[in-house]
Amino acid sequence: MWMNLLLAIATLLLLAGAFGALLGYASVRLRRDDDSLVEQIDAVLPQTQCGQCGYPGCRPYAEAIAEGDAINKCPPGGEATIQSLANLLDVEPQPLDAEHGEEQPKRVAYIREAECIGCTKCIQACPVDAIVGAPKFMHTVIESECTGCDLCVDPCPVDCIDMIEVARGIDDWVPPHPADRPLTHDGPVIATDQRPAEASA
Amino acid sequence: MGTQFDFPGGIHPPDNKLRSLQTPIRQAPLPDRLTVPLRQHRGDPGRVVVAAGDHVLTGQPLSEGQPGRSVPVHAPTSGTITAIKSHEVPHPSGLEETCILIEADGRDQWYELAPCPDSASTAERYDHLHRTGVVGLGGAGFPTRDKLQSAEAAPDVLILNGAECEPYITADQALMRERPDSVVAGALALWRLVGAGRCLIGIEDNKPDAIEALRQSAEGTSVEIRVVATRYPSGGERQLIQLLTGLEVPSGGLPADVGVLCQNVATAVAVDRSLRLGEPVIQRITTLTGEALARPGNIEARIGTPLDHLLFEAGLDPQRLHRLIMGGPLMGFDLTTTGLPLIKTANCLIAGTAGEFPDPPIPQPCIRCGLCEQACPVDLLPQQLYWFASAGEHRKAEHFDLFDCIECGACDWVCPSHLPLTDYYRHSKGVLRQEQKEQAEADHARQRFEERQARLEREQAEREERRRARQQAREQHHNVAPAEASEAATAAATSPTAPGPDRETLIQRRDQARQKVEEAQAQLAEAREQTPEAVPKLERALNKHQKRLDAAEKALSDAQEDT
Repeated sequence: MWMNLLLAIATLLLLAGAFGALLGYASVRLRRDDDSLVEQIDAVLPQTQCGQCGYPGCRPYAEAIAEGDAINKCPPGGEATIQSLANLLDVEPQPLDAEHGEEQPKRVAYIREAECIGCTKCIQACPVDAIVGAPKFMHTVIESECTGCDLCVDPCPVDCIDMIEVARGIDDWVPPHPADRPLTHDGPVIATDQRPAEASA
Repeated sequence: MGTQFDFPGGIHPPDNKLRSLQTPIRQAPLPDRLTVPLRQHRGDPGRVVVAAGDHVLTGQPLSEGQPGRSVPVHAPTSGTITAIKSHEVPHPSGLEETCILIEADGRDQWYELAPCPDSASTAERYDHLHRTGVVGLGGAGFPTRDKLQSAEAAPDVLILNGAECEPYITADQALMRERPDSVVAGALALWRLVGAGRCLIGIEDNKPDAIEALRQSAEGTSVEIRVVATRYPSGGERQLIQLLTGLEVPSGGLPADVGVLCQNVATAVAVDRSLRLGEPVIQRITTLTGEALARPGNIEARIGTPLDHLLFEAGLDPQRLHRLIMGGPLMGFDLTTTGLPLIKTANCLIAGTAGEFPDPPIPQPCIRCGLCEQACPVDLLPQQLYWFASAGEHRKAEHFDLFDCIECGACDWVCPSHLPLTDYYRHSKGVLRQEQKEQAEADHARQRFEERQARLEREQAEREERRRARQQAREQHHNVAPAEASEAATAAATSPTAPGPDRETLIQRRDQARQKVEEAQAQLAEAREQTPEAVPKLERALNKHQKRLDAAEKALSDAQEDT
């Protein structure tokens, strides 16, 4: 009787110890590669490199998120990015932190070329080399490369850079959600197979 | 008739084709003003090669193709270009795109056309087709050259699509019954061009007149006329391929993957005319139908003709017009204005009355009846897709093969809850495409950012390297110079290019050092009066400069002694 009891306890302890050791070993040996997590987070971020999150670029913010920072500090990415991050990290999505800015439609920088004095300050500020120019020569923005990060606006000593909303063409058009379309009928119809015209007739 | 194969699903809507088949193809009178959109195909617009004020001749190129899927457009008639500007184009979005506006001079003088020479290679023939603006005229507007090039080897089967399964549309039927010879000529031209094993023309059995006419014209050639049972959407490219060959185009693949090339019959005629006559695509046959028209029928009109011009020709009663649809009733889209131009892909224009096209009933909730699943010609699960698309879970819809949906509208047609299912799928596809585009842009930006970071680091390292090298050189000079001065002097005496700075540089250095010392002294004097806390730092700086000055003077005097 006592023997059986002790045997059972010993067996369970042994099993617990063995599995505990196995789990402990696995957690060390098969640790999730932090770099790959950072890569995945970085892939979700919009890569404007704008620094509105408070970090000097998207990758530093990705590293911070991997360390446990909030996922709602990226205004250019907006709700869509927060949702993707929440899915990726399996956390609750939060509303965008207004402290870091608001979600805006995509914009690009535009240099009023007549006013540019050729100081190259914006070129140095541009994180994606989207501005061409040389000292004492007019600068201009390569529109297709500009991420709309705003970083060139502040350094400009003559305030000749505007942020312009990108015109949306047919290529950017997304067919509307049918539920957003205005109804062709007046008023709601409660579940019935009658159409309003017939119903009123 | 060979073995009949089958595709799943499909519907039998009333075809309403007779109305527009009462009269032969008419020629539309030349309009006074034409609007030619730069983009009338699937791809990017070409580059404009004319300017406002230019006089152009019929068939003259207005734009040229760019790398990628960019097809040129041509002047539909002779006249003067009044403007090149944004103008509304026929598109479900109702947005504007760049168009070339032409005021016709009424003379319709032709530009000199260059037929494709007989000696041309296949690649040159493809380019010739591209230069003459040939795109798929069935409705999708895929550039023909790109479609032909998609096959690496010659296809086994060339299929000409004359099924024209969508209700109301009869443009291809009219073409086949009235100009069967040109259709067969087009089939032969395409066949020669791609070198397929067989050439089939697929037609639905509700077009007996077209079948008979084509049979007669094809006599003596190896072109096979294949009649298929009428069922929507047998005219879909993949569905027709499945019907005629039993082969299923893989998901995300092309007909070329199963060794088939499929072209619309009207495209084949355009290919023939392009190769043989050098004629660009500047006109097409389009169906004008609907109860709001007094004289419905098929009309051959120049590209760029304003739609109201055509509708007037067909006797439009504006009072009765309720919906204006470009394309068929199932796959077409509504137009809100008649001021739009005719484009290459416009195969039908329906001016429907309220009785003919009543407003869609209010959608009711999905009851999961499964009718849509039975109607789907691609074996998808429409209700499941609807579930995801309406909830904004586009990724999940993608996993349920959303992109295999051909947007035929069969599910809408059978839905007892009147759900606009296809609209949901279009929305979902649009969102996913936009996401893909944004992702590609983000990846591009990341690459540029990383490369810039790497460049900055490299430059920094190079600067550091140069600075260290300079410092090293200086130290070496200071340590070595006195000890080896005599040696260096003899070397200098024997070789005029001996190393070491010359006298002028040394003087310059001494002067610079002296200047620095003076500056530092002035700063120090100033600091003593105003900011005493900076004094020790400045004193150190002064000492440093003083030492440098001493060294420079010593070096100079050494050099003077040597000489």
